[in-house]
Order: sequence, then C-alpha cells, then structure tokens
Amino acid sequence: MSITKYRTLKDVPREEFLAPGTSLCAGCGALLVMRLFHKALGGDVVWVNAAGCITLMATFPYTPLKSSWFYTAMASAPAGAQGIRDALDILIRKGKLDPSENLKVAVVTGDGAASDIGLQSTSGAIHRGLDFFYLCVDNEAYGNTGFQASSLSPMGSETATTKPTHLFPAGNPLPKKDLFEIWRSHRPPYVATISPSHAVDLLRKVEKALTLKGPRLFLALCPCPTGWGIEPSESVKLARLAVETGIWPLKEAIYGEVSHTHVPSKRKPVEEYLKAQRRFAHLFRPVKNEEVIAEIQKQVDDYWSKVER
Amino acid sequence: MSKEGDKRREGGSMVLKMLTGSQAVAWAARLARVDYVPAYPITPQTEIIEILSDWIRKGEMDARFVQMESEHSLLTAAGTAAATGARVFTATSSQGLLYGFEMLYCIAGWRAPLVLVNVARALAAPITLEPDHNDVLAARDSGFLQFHAENAQEALDFVLLAYRVAEDHRVLLPAIVNIDGFHLSFTRERVELPEQSAVDEFLPEYVPVHPIKASEPVAKGIPVLIPPLYSFFKYQMHMASRNALGVFREAARAFERMFSRAYGPVEEYMLDDADTVIVMSNSFASIGKQAVKALRDEGNKVGLLKIRLFRPFPTDEIVRALRGKRCVVVIDQNISVGRGGIICPEVAEALYHLEDRPKVILPVIAGLGGKAISLEEFRHSVRVAERLASLRAGPDRPLLLFREDEEMLVESLLKTASGG
Ligand code: SF4
Repeated sequence: MSITKYRTLKDVPREEFLAPGTSLCAGCGALLVMRLFHKALGGDVVWVNAAGCITLMATFPYTPLKSSWFYTAMASAPAGAQGIRDALDILIRKGKLDPSENLKVAVVTGDGAASDIGLQSTSGAIHRGLDFFYLCVDNEAYGNTGFQASSLSPMGSETATTKPTHLFPAGNPLPKKDLFEIWRSHRPPYVATISPSHAVDLLRKVEKALTLKGPRLFLALCPCPTGWGIEPSESVKLARLAVETGIWPLKEAIYGEVSHTHVPSKRKPVEEYLKAQRRFAHLFRPVKNEEVIAEIQKQVDDYWSKVER
Repeated sequence: MSKEGDKRREGGSMVLKMLTGSQAVAWAARLARVDYVPAYPITPQTEIIEILSDWIRKGEMDARFVQMESEHSLLTAAGTAAATGARVFTATSSQGLLYGFEMLYCIAGWRAPLVLVNVARALAAPITLEPDHNDVLAARDSGFLQFHAENAQEALDFVLLAYRVAEDHRVLLPAIVNIDGFHLSFTRERVELPEQSAVDEFLPEYVPVHPIKASEPVAKGIPVLIPPLYSFFKYQMHMASRNALGVFREAARAFERMFSRAYGPVEEYMLDDADTVIVMSNSFASIGKQAVKALRDEGNKVGLLKIRLFRPFPTDEIVRALRGKRCVVVIDQNISVGRGGIICPEVAEALYHLEDRPKVILPVIAGLGGKAISLEEFRHSVRVAERLASLRAGPDRPLLLFREDEEMLVESLLKTASGG
C-alpha cells in the first residue's frame, strides 16, 4: 500500500455516522465494525440490508444512521443494491437527478444472509460487476433468531441447532464455508477480511477499496457476546485472539491476487481462543475433546503452512 | 414486427400494427419511456424481454436493461429502483411470479409504483405451459393493483393506464397487468399504437415521493415492531388501493379523450336484458362473448360481465351490472383446491346484502391449464344455473367442467402411463 491516511488509532476519523443507543446487544462486534467501516467509507451512503441483527438498528420511527438505509429481504440485499445503483446511474445520466445527489451503495448483512440464503443474489451482483460495497458482519450463526447454525458456523461450535450431545459431542460437525474464496472465485476488484480488533487495517482496506470500482467485498469476524458466551467487554479481545491464533487471517485479494495484510509472527494455540467462549465449552468439560481441538489446530496450521511457504 | 400490417391512420394520431400481446406490452413500456427493465427469462414471457433488450441495445429506447439471476432478485431490484425514483417495467410468469412472491408484498409496502406484466401460465405441479389464473390471483392480497387484459389492445392500453394510476400520489402502489400466455401473448392482432407525443401528454414523468438521494437521507423498509403501526400502514395501503378506483376512472376518461377508447373497471357485454350473466376475465372472455352470441341465437337471454380491474375490486360496478339478474355464472379459470374458484366468493359477497340479489350464483371451474371451454360447456353451465333458480335451490359445490371426449383422452393416456 502506497499512501494512506491511516497509520495509528489516532487516525480513526472523528466524524460519527452512527449514533449510540441502538437495540443491538452491548458489546456487539458487528456494531463496532459497522461504526468503523462507515467512518472510512465517509458520508453519502445508502445501506442495503438483509434480515439479521443489524436490521434492528433502525426500527420505526428511529434510525441511528446519518446515511440512508433500505431493508430489503433476507435473500436479496445485493439485488436491492443493484436496483438502487442502476436507478441512480440512469436518473443522473438522463438529467433527472443532479450528480451531487449520487450515493455510494453498500450492502450490510450477517453471515446467514451472505453464505446461505443470499449467496445466489451475491454471486449475481458480483458477476454483473455491480459497483457496490458488501460488508458481511460474521458472528458465525443466525444471531437475530437465537443463534442457530449457519454455513459460516465453525466446526466444533455450539449453536441453538448444533447442541453437543452424546451422539454429536463436537457440537457443529460441519466446516465453516470459505466465503472469502467463494467471493474471490468471481474475480471481483476487491475482497478483504477485517476485524474490529485491527482498526487501522480495516480503515486502510476501505480506503483502498474506495479507489476501485465494481464489487468490493468485506468479511468481518464479529464477536457476539450473546451467542459466543463472552462478556460484552471482551469482544475486541476475542477478535484479536482470532487473529493472533491464526483462526482469522487478515488478508485482501485485488482482482483475485491474495496477500496477507497481517501475518502473526508466532501464532497462539487455538485453545486460548476456544477456551474463552461458552460456545466451545463442551470441548473442555466434562472431559477435554483433544481430538476436535487438535483438528481445529491442524486446520489452522495447514492454512498457514501454505501462506508461509 | 410485421411491416405489412402497419398502417397510418388519417390525421396521423396513431399507427395500426399487427402485434402479439407480448409485442403490445413491450411497445407500451417503450411508449411509457421506462427507465429500467430488470429481467429474468421464463416461458411464455421471454418475447417481451427479448424485444426490450433489443431496443435498448440498439439505442431505440433510452433505458437500462439488466438480466438478473432470479425472479426474487429481479423483483427486489425492480422495487428498490422504483423507490429510488426510476420508472420501472418488468415481466414474469407463473413459477417466476411465485419464486419472487415475497417481494410482491415488499414492493407494495415500499409503495413503489412499478408495472409488472404477468404472462399467465398455470402453476406446477404438474408443470405445464398453458394459462390459467392461479399465478396472478395468488398475488391478489399483495397490494399490487391488477389489470386483466382480454386482447393485445387492452394489454397495451392497460400498461399505460397502470403507470398513470400507480404513480398517482393518491395511490402509489405497484401494478400487475395480466395477459394470458399463448392465447394472448403469442397471438397476433391489430393494435392501435398511440403516438409518442400523445402518450407523453397522458403519462407525465414519474414524480417519486421520498426518493433515495444524498441531500435527503431516508430509511426505507424498516421494521415496525408496534402492532398498531403495522395495522396503520396496512390500512393506508388498503385505502390507497380503494383510491385507485376513482383515480382509474379519471385516468380512463383522460385516456378516452386522447385515444378514443373507453375503459371501465368492468366491461358489460349484452347485459341490458340478460337474465343470466356469465362473469369472466382475461382472454377466454373472447370465447365467452362468442358463446353469449350463440346462446342468444338459440333464444337465451344471456350476457357477459368481464372484470378488467381485479384489484382494487370494483364492487360498485359489479353490483350495478348484476343486481336484479336471475342467475350469475362465475367462470373461475383457477382453483383454490379444497374450496373452489377464487373470484366467485368475491362476486357473491358484493351481492349478498342486496334485496334484489340474483337467485343463483353458480361457481364454475373451467379452463385450467389452458383447457378449452366449448359452447356446450357454456350452455350446460347456464342451464344448470337456470334449473337451480327454478327449483329455488343453490349449488352445493362448484361445477367442474370436463367433457366426455376429454375424459376418454385422459383415460387412454393414463393407460399408456401405467404401461397398459
Ligand atoms: S446477537 Fe450477537 S451479533 Fe446479534 S446484536 Fe447481539 S451481539 Fe450483536
């Protein structure tokens, strides 16, 4: 990255686009990300939303946003973004709308909408080269409905539909879908992972995306105190642990070329991250499930062995 | 488009063309100067979107065409674009309409006044291609206005009328214009094509309410978690739809002044002295009219009432046309499985409290999956209704029309299917 306005936390823009006092849970990682992301994105934005926790940010007659907001439906926020982007473009070209009225179009959804029900609509929008931002706030389950498993729930986690039992001691038996790679396979201009614990990295990525045109997609790991079983004050700590254990690699792909923006010099054992959360408690009590923990560690090691090579 | 069929009328106020129903609605979208056409192909709607995409790619139409990856996405994009301030046209059919069904309610709730042409096709399963109206009538409670066209001329005119009514600030609801697949969509008819300048006068530019733009941030589609608020917004939609009746009559008067074609929410055909009235909608009404003529030649006082505007439901016009008649035969080209037809109970409810309500309202199911309705079947239905009236009895179930020759055909096919 050549020139950036963001060097330290002191450079986080002061301007707030998101007022405090939403109905989201205390310590919600998604809200932290949304706030930072918006600061980097600046004003003149229309957010297009699919059903999820974030939907409850604006409930009639209130909105915490200075920018515009459009709740569409669970499966089709990217298609909603398509309609708005196209309409703004046509109206401006036909002289029916002043160019100063133009807006950036940004989709924000949870992981369920992004990886399950809305995947088709996302794929369509990326394929058509839609000029938009997509922010997926990934808390690794359907948080708004009570934390049921999504295809971004990690293997070994407990959710409301993957309770550990004697038949399923590991909780969720399925792996987390690699949404970064699914998105990247469409070769969009920009794909990145971000974390609320690495604010400067996040701001720089949005800054870079702003210089590009077309689909620009962000996948943010968002600790969820309610679903993960952590204290609201621990969200940023958990997000950092995910990065430091190597579970959440910080990376970007420009037109498909991947580079890691942060390579932890010495990765902490995944156990540290797992142990801190109630959703993995069954891996430690009443007996430690060495096998599953080792498998999670192995997957992380395998990932990084390819990066480090 | 056939060049031979084109003829310019004296005075040059319009052009005569030979057009299919699909071509007619495509022309209407072009004449309405729509800004945006999101699309997704489905038989038998494809001709419409192929024509529009062609015109736009050749620069003959100043609009954007985007092919989406599903009807659900197509309707989402159509709705958000209309809410942003663009005039939007799209078309779908059958399974496609149902695939995007969730969004119909959303678009109506967003008060986004786009026009959607539904090319009617019966619903799977069993999957088929020929029309009936279970697709379009499934959308009857969504908040979309519904115009049902009998022929290509109505199809074209209704799209123009639909924009004018839908975009009126007393209404602000989306509209469906229904044309029957094959029977109307692919049938070539003579159509009067209005001049662009006249259409521009009839249909001024869309003026959106609270569009999406930088200077005035808005929050759209957001949850209302307080039950009275939800009721309030739904009642508002209902009243807007009822407003559309008056707005439609106004628009139809302006339309008649401009284009010399008069449209009421219903069409009365040979009703004046009729004892028995057949109620129908859409393209099969043409067959119904032929049957009425034939039955009259046989000495029966029969007439036909065609419903053009199905939502809002034109209660007053229906009451005016049917009160004092002896029998009403409602031919529903749809079936609510386990109940009967969809339109018949609506007609019955409109008439129930009248002193001079008809003696018999006979529900008839016909034309499912495009099955033809023969003259004998019309004659039979009328006879059943009249017999019931003379017996002072009511029907205890809907009449399911099926001819003997059809039964024989089906039996032989069943035999083949079972290897016999
Ligand atoms: S459930 Fe989790 S993701 Fe949802 S609002 Fe609460 S903390 Fe945030």
